Amino acid sequence: MKRFTAWRRRPWAGYAVVLAALAAIGAIYAGFTPQNGRAEAAGIAQAQEDLENGRQLYNKNCASCHGQNAEGTKDANGKPLAPSLLGVGAASVDFQVSTGRMPAMNPGAQMPRKRPIPEFDVNIKTDYHDPEQREAAEKKKAQAEKNLADLRAYIASLGGGPAVPTADQVDPDKGDAAVGGKLFRTNCAQCHNFVGSGGALTGGKYAPPLDSDDVTPTQIYEAMLTGPQAMPVFNDTTLTPENKRDIIAYLVKTREEPNPGGNGLGRIGPVSEGLAGWLIGLGLLVLAAMWITAKKPKKLKKS
Amino acid sequence: MSQTAPAAPKAVEGSLNFLDDRLGSTNFFKRNARKAFPDHWSFMLGEIALYSFVILLLTGTFLTLWFKPSMHEVIYEGSYTKLNGVKMSEAYASALHISFDVRGGLLMRQIHHWAAVLFMAAIMAHMLRVFFTGAYRKPRELNWLIGIVLFTLGMVEGLFGYSLPDDLLSGTGLRITQGVLEAVPLVGTYGYMFLFGGEFPEGNHGDLIPRLFTLHVLLIPGVILALVTAHMMIMWHQKHTAMPSRNQSEKQVYGYPFYPVFMAKTGAFFMFTFGVTALLSTVTQINPIWLYGPYDPGAISAGSQPDFYMGVLEGALRIMPNWEITAWGHTLSLNVLIPATLPLGIVFGGAAAWPFLERWVTGDNRSHHVVERPRNAPVRTGVGVAAVTFYGLLWLAGANDVLADKFHVELFKTTWFFRVAIFAGPILAYIVTKRICLGLQRRDAAVIDHGVESGIIVMSPEGKFSERHVPVREEEKAVILSKENAKPEAPAVDGSGIPAPGTKGPMGFLRSRLNRGWTLDDIPVEDRGHHGEHHEVEEGERAGAEQKELSR
Amino acid sequence: MSDNKDHSTGGEQQPREEGGAPGRVVGTPSPAAERRLLPEGDTAAPEGAGEELDEQAAKRAERVVASLFVLAFAASVAFIAYYIGWSGRDGGMHGIERARESNLWLGGTMTLAFLAMAVGITIWVRRLMTSQPVVQERHELRADDATRESFAKTFLEGAQESGITKRPLLRRTLLLAAAPLGLAPLVLLRDLGPLPEKRLRHTYWGEAVRRAKAQGKKGVRLVVDGTNKPLKVSDFATPGGMITVVPEGIEEHSEHPLNEIAKAVTILINVPPDKMSPRMRARGWDVNGIVAYSKICTHVGCPAALYEQTTHHILCPCHQSTFDATDAAKVVFGPAARPLPQLPLAEEDGYLVATGDFPEPIGPSFWERG
Repeated sequence: MKRFTAWRRRPWAGYAVVLAALAAIGAIYAGFTPQNGRAEAAGIAQAQEDLENGRQLYNKNCASCHGQNAEGTKDANGKPLAPSLLGVGAASVDFQVSTGRMPAMNPGAQMPRKRPIPEFDVNIKTDYHDPEQREAAEKKKAQAEKNLADLRAYIASLGGGPAVPTADQVDPDKGDAAVGGKLFRTNCAQCHNFVGSGGALTGGKYAPPLDSDDVTPTQIYEAMLTGPQAMPVFNDTTLTPENKRDIIAYLVKTREEPNPGGNGLGRIGPVSEGLAGWLIGLGLLVLAAMWITAKKPKKLKKS
Repeated sequence: MSQTAPAAPKAVEGSLNFLDDRLGSTNFFKRNARKAFPDHWSFMLGEIALYSFVILLLTGTFLTLWFKPSMHEVIYEGSYTKLNGVKMSEAYASALHISFDVRGGLLMRQIHHWAAVLFMAAIMAHMLRVFFTGAYRKPRELNWLIGIVLFTLGMVEGLFGYSLPDDLLSGTGLRITQGVLEAVPLVGTYGYMFLFGGEFPEGNHGDLIPRLFTLHVLLIPGVILALVTAHMMIMWHQKHTAMPSRNQSEKQVYGYPFYPVFMAKTGAFFMFTFGVTALLSTVTQINPIWLYGPYDPGAISAGSQPDFYMGVLEGALRIMPNWEITAWGHTLSLNVLIPATLPLGIVFGGAAAWPFLERWVTGDNRSHHVVERPRNAPVRTGVGVAAVTFYGLLWLAGANDVLADKFHVELFKTTWFFRVAIFAGPILAYIVTKRICLGLQRRDAAVIDHGVESGIIVMSPEGKFSERHVPVREEEKAVILSKENAKPEAPAVDGSGIPAPGTKGPMGFLRSRLNRGWTLDDIPVEDRGHHGEHHEVEEGERAGAEQKELSR
Repeated sequence: MSDNKDHSTGGEQQPREEGGAPGRVVGTPSPAAERRLLPEGDTAAPEGAGEELDEQAAKRAERVVASLFVLAFAASVAFIAYYIGWSGRDGGMHGIERARESNLWLGGTMTLAFLAMAVGITIWVRRLMTSQPVVQERHELRADDATRESFAKTFLEGAQESGITKRPLLRRTLLLAAAPLGLAPLVLLRDLGPLPEKRLRHTYWGEAVRRAKAQGKKGVRLVVDGTNKPLKVSDFATPGGMITVVPEGIEEHSEHPLNEIAKAVTILINVPPDKMSPRMRARGWDVNGIVAYSKICTHVGCPAALYEQTTHHILCPCHQSTFDATDAAKVVFGPAARPLPQLPLAEEDGYLVATGDFPEPIGPSFWERG
């Protein structure tokens, strides 16, 4: 530490830092820039392989409902059983599969959020102490991520559609929570409640809660973009990507925000407050009243 | 007290004398210092309301020191950074300022709101106690009526207070208020324009919030304070009712003296009320206006609910079918008018009329100071539980979306459930409650006649087993025998064919029918001095039936 | 009600006197115990006689109460100390973390102070106060007949003396004078607000369309509420889309923007054109399935905006009125009686425009609506 501090004062230190920074930028740039030439050919082959993997995953997990060619299926009366996936895009696949809604288990009024099936479970535990176990888990996770990416690519290859947002597009730190709050209250809170605690819809459907940490910014973005199930679509020309990022910023900041006044009572408004007032408030006071008016303890009297 | 009383300290005596010389106050003190107050936990429910009101006055005054009742639009730049740059009214901005910049401001806001919730809840509980024990009977009808007015004022006061911070939820409440006002025939739109000073929400000059503020901090609390004072003075003058027990009678009241025991008890309860509101405000958050956001006429949140005491209205509005009449160029919104007026009209109007109705039906014009056990007035208790069911169902209906969401029920099914239950529920509740009351009466009769089970099984020489019953303890006997048995109905016409007074005409007929309904299946509970020593194990049911036979 | 005048029979009932019950058999329910909510069993003592306390127990209770009072003192001191010494650090309380901390400290110490005092006083009353219950007469509330009669006489005499009974002219003119005076305050309230006139019948859309037409345009553009972005038809082409819109220029040109927004706020929905009902198609107010409805519920005016793109239902979150977006917002459930008014839309230069106001008053019904 001391030596480092001493170096910082040398005349050449400034140049060294600038050089190092430039080198780093170059390296990062190289990492992100598409590779040319030989690499490209290898990339195409790899992409073919990935697409094939995606197709196999589709056939195994999705085709039974959505059809061999993702054209959707209908029941005997012509009522759609499962929608066509042509043109739904990678964002929709990513949302449905990463939130565990698809593959669906038993169709009800609405597909609930659940743990994704193991092949796509990108959130498995990897922080094992045992290095062997950890390695296996990390490998599994990497495979799940690849599976998900391949499936997305496969569906996208069938008919295009909205792509998965970049990390930058969903970064809550870059959004304006004030603008997001206004947009959220105008367009989202009617179903999801003012902080995203969720709410009821018709016919047993519901707007799911958005206030838990499993709901990732990417999923929020994808939901707005693709309008899963009963949710309306907010495409990028209606609510721009910046607007979406603002909404994500609002939601993430709100759920990370502590409740300054104590327990938030589920943040669902006056219903739980009234319940607490009756049960805790009046309950405690009635107990106090019973104690105050109870018969005096006998044993204290001189006998 | 058993020691010789020491001389009063100079300071106390001096000030007492000072007052007495000028006011003659010692007479008052002497008369009232040892006033007897009967003890029962349910007698403290009203005190919760009283002390919450004191808390409301204190914390409310604190809040006015910073609150700006203004709809003037400002752009917020403050310490709640998530709303920086957002347009809002000054009222909302100042409520944020109280919460996040005034030390103890959030605590006071929360105490104020929790105390309001407790105030209304305690009034409701207190009224239920008074109703079910018949404590509203002569001579206490006036205090009962004052209580109903206080509850109504409390609702309005709460609604206005809820509206002041101008957050999204309170704005939604005002929007509904506007819609309900518009539905009033003939003068609705005028009422709307006059209340808001123009159109919702700002009117022409942003008058609404200043107006609500004045009503909320001055007029309504003033009236409440006056009525509370009257309520207390009447209570003091009439002396508190007492629960039936061996020591209480219509002629005498038995209890601990006001000074020092009751004074200390009520002082302790004052502290408890303060402590519990402070506790609630420390550990549970209420009305987080910063999360609701400023009012915006285009925005709405799922689960927009009023505070619990307005929930009945909300529920009634939700389950009402969409009836509307349009004729001769006018529209009558039954879908709004009926739920806005009828349920509360039934509950409040019914409650206000009840003491007089009961007096007319029973013909009981005496004063009552010892209250009645709920089982001994099955019709009253049944009607009370029916009313509670009615109110409670509407209340739940006001939260049907939260219920649907949390318990995974279809939303429209909850509406249909409440549409049916609102009629079936109270009727069912009445029947069940009345049966329970009568069952309890039967058991009381059996206890008096046969004593209580001792738990000792005796084998008779023939080998029969029976449980030995022992006479009930004197205290319990006194409580049970506090029941006033129904008297046989006076014949409608006397021997010479002259109709009895009060039975003439359709009203007289109605009265005598209702009277019969009131006392129809009364189970006489009497101490006829015989205490069975060895009774076979038998059901109270049979004993009761047997007894009815005997009494005929 | 049977009067129980036997309060003078003293003596504790527990344990029972001989001839009563033998001890209970463990495990048998006691019907008597269930009714012990009433503080019975105390008997009145003659005025002035106090209870005698067990000296040791009293001492113990005294110590407990005193410690509770000291605790309350300490809590209050902590409250003040926190406020003065700690809450004001770094320039005072600003923001959520400090609000939370302050609420916890101030509230916690305050709770402790009050509750410790409450518990202390309660123990004091219950264990240390020696007062015995007292019995007092309940006096008849009504005055006796003689007093009533005498007052009635006084009252009539007074009336006689004043002459109000003898001089009906005075009586009647006095009443006459009082009547309009009672009405005066009502008149004074007239300026509380303007008369309704036609205010409830139109929204800012009408005015905005008029202005646009005066400039030779087809209609006024729809802008997104919150971002003020004008919407093109192509911007909103995704089926199942929904957004809240207001007329362009509503914030700049109107006198009371909030009031105007409260009436003009509209939801834009993209429904599949093949799902639209014939009568809606006949209206022709959509642009390729893009339809606009008033966001203000026709029940009591909450923004009705829960659009489900699968069922095409529009649900109001306040009272659950439900409208069908594919059938001119017909009411399918709930307390609303009328459909949400529809805004006529058209396309101009690729932008979505409204070509007229809502054809009927928006929001809740009112008497004059017809």
